[in-house]
Amino acid sequence: MDKVNTSPLHGIWALTNRDLKKWYKVPFIFLMSLIQPFIWLALFGKAMNITALFTGSAFNIPGLNIPKEVVNQIGKQIMLQTFGTQDYFSYLAVGMLTFISIFTAMFSGMSIVWDRRLGFLDKVLSTPVARGAIPMAKVISTVIRALAQAAIVLLLAALLGMDISHITPAGLLGSFLALLLLIVGFASLFVTLAIRSTSWEAQMAVMNLLNLPILFASNAMFPVNYMPTWLQTIAKINPISYAADICRQLLLASPGMSDLSFGFTYLAAFAATLSTLGIILSWRYLSK
Amino acid sequence: MPPKVVEAHNLTKIFNKKVKAVDNVNLEIEQGETFGLLGPNGAGKSTMINMLTTILKPSSGTAKVCGYDIIREAAEVRRSIGVVHQEYTADEDLTGLDNILLCAALYGIPSSTAKQRAWELLELVELKEAAKRKVETYSGGMRRRLELACGLISRPTLLFLDEPTLGLDVQTRVAVWNYIKRLKEEYGMTIFMTTHYLEEADAICDRVAIIDHGKILKIGSPNELKSGLGGDIIEISVNTDKLDLTTLIREIKGVKEVKKADALYRIKAERGEEVAPAVIEAMRSRGLTVSKLSMIKPTLDEVYLEYTGRSLRAEQASEEEMMALRRTLHKARG
Repeated sequence: MDKVNTSPLHGIWALTNRDLKKWYKVPFIFLMSLIQPFIWLALFGKAMNITALFTGSAFNIPGLNIPKEVVNQIGKQIMLQTFGTQDYFSYLAVGMLTFISIFTAMFSGMSIVWDRRLGFLDKVLSTPVARGAIPMAKVISTVIRALAQAAIVLLLAALLGMDISHITPAGLLGSFLALLLLIVGFASLFVTLAIRSTSWEAQMAVMNLLNLPILFASNAMFPVNYMPTWLQTIAKINPISYAADICRQLLLASPGMSDLSFGFTYLAAFAATLSTLGIILSWRYLSK
Repeated sequence: MPPKVVEAHNLTKIFNKKVKAVDNVNLEIEQGETFGLLGPNGAGKSTMINMLTTILKPSSGTAKVCGYDIIREAAEVRRSIGVVHQEYTADEDLTGLDNILLCAALYGIPSSTAKQRAWELLELVELKEAAKRKVETYSGGMRRRLELACGLISRPTLLFLDEPTLGLDVQTRVAVWNYIKRLKEEYGMTIFMTTHYLEEADAICDRVAIIDHGKILKIGSPNELKSGLGGDIIEISVNTDKLDLTTLIREIKGVKEVKKADALYRIKAERGEEVAPAVIEAMRSRGLTVSKLSMIKPTLDEVYLEYTGRSLRAEQASEEEMMALRRTLHKARG
């Protein structure tokens, strides 16, 4: 008898590797996935020049001869106290890291719908690969892709003028750990939602319905403090807020919404709960 | 007696508590056989394969595949079988070689062994040249050959082929049959296939079962099934209308039945090709000449129609199945 790997975890890497190959061997898809955050960064981020509202010649009060330095100081303080950094672009750039992460996580669900439709899932089900390995491989490949894309977004942001004076290696590592936890949670959620579905239209609809609201109901683009109370409540439950908050504390040295240890604990609990639940549900569903 | 590779006992699958897709099927397949499951669309062929390959759990009944129970020992079953699905499941964005290696990895085959086997199989199905091209550039026949190679990477005892030539043109279909025969010679696996092309079953199967409405209606070798219809039909005209030759013909060895219609004799015989010369010889020894002779050998088509009926089927396929079928046909022609 031939020697074969019979461990229950075999096949995870094979499946993960397949998804990654599909990604980096098809440059078009790779580029497409970067265009959206780039548009947000370059167009939205640069056009929403909130910083200029409060500083520079744009802001003055007619009749009162307030010295320019005073105006600038006030402007800086408003920015600092609102966004925790002196320019809005840096604030948004960090939010974009969470945006690209959840956007990629949502597509993990899409790819499992296609695997089912094209018969690939049935093929895998007739091999000795453990059922649980199928959702796990999807989550792992999504994490790798999303982190790589987040790194590229961060690089783009730096090139476009993000404030990088506070970035340290430890800060980078911590930020990516927070993003990783966020991606694990969301990828598990979307894989679980998708695994029963054969219709990519339905999956697309769910994605379209969710992607902007979960982003707006977080601090990804605007600080939580200035939201109405009901929205604050949602934003403070939303794990995206914690990931963005941790990244801002570590990359921009902003004062945080909550302290780092609470943020990490919250994200770890989010990731652990959804991935465990997701894998168990998919496993049970696929073993039918 | 060779061991049984498939043993099904009262295997039943009921969908939505009312549709009996497979209804109390009993089936035994011996090692080394090529077994074909024939039936119209929706007869229960795919459900049968899905249960035996452990993708679906039966509603009742049991089956053993390669000696393992399909419910309790599903993992062992999956380890000993290879499956070639009706759909083209290869990943379009990857190369042929990458696809085979992916299958190997799914079976837990170490990569050095996998590479060696992959090239060996690619050689057998003549895809060596195209191995490093993306599958999206492959023709329908090439894709099918790639699927065959993937199905055999784990050297399975039993290979399932679900509609292996669906949508292929005639030349490609015959070529695929030859590849299947060649692979079988090389690896000696048992084959369980479904098809609704009767000439396909006739060309490669040792035994076929006709299934309809979830029930097996008839089982046997293609020849047995054909002779079950009463054998070949020979029609002769003899240049005399005075003599009745019925009794004479009936005495010839191998003749089962003779009917006279004017100067035309309709003879039913087990092996027409042997009986026909004997009939001519018998006429000649009496100074008579056979002026016309025709022979009809019953095809599996007639057997099939005999059991499944001739009425047209109202297609009851879901939208999803239709989409899958369309994709398969599209790729087959690609």
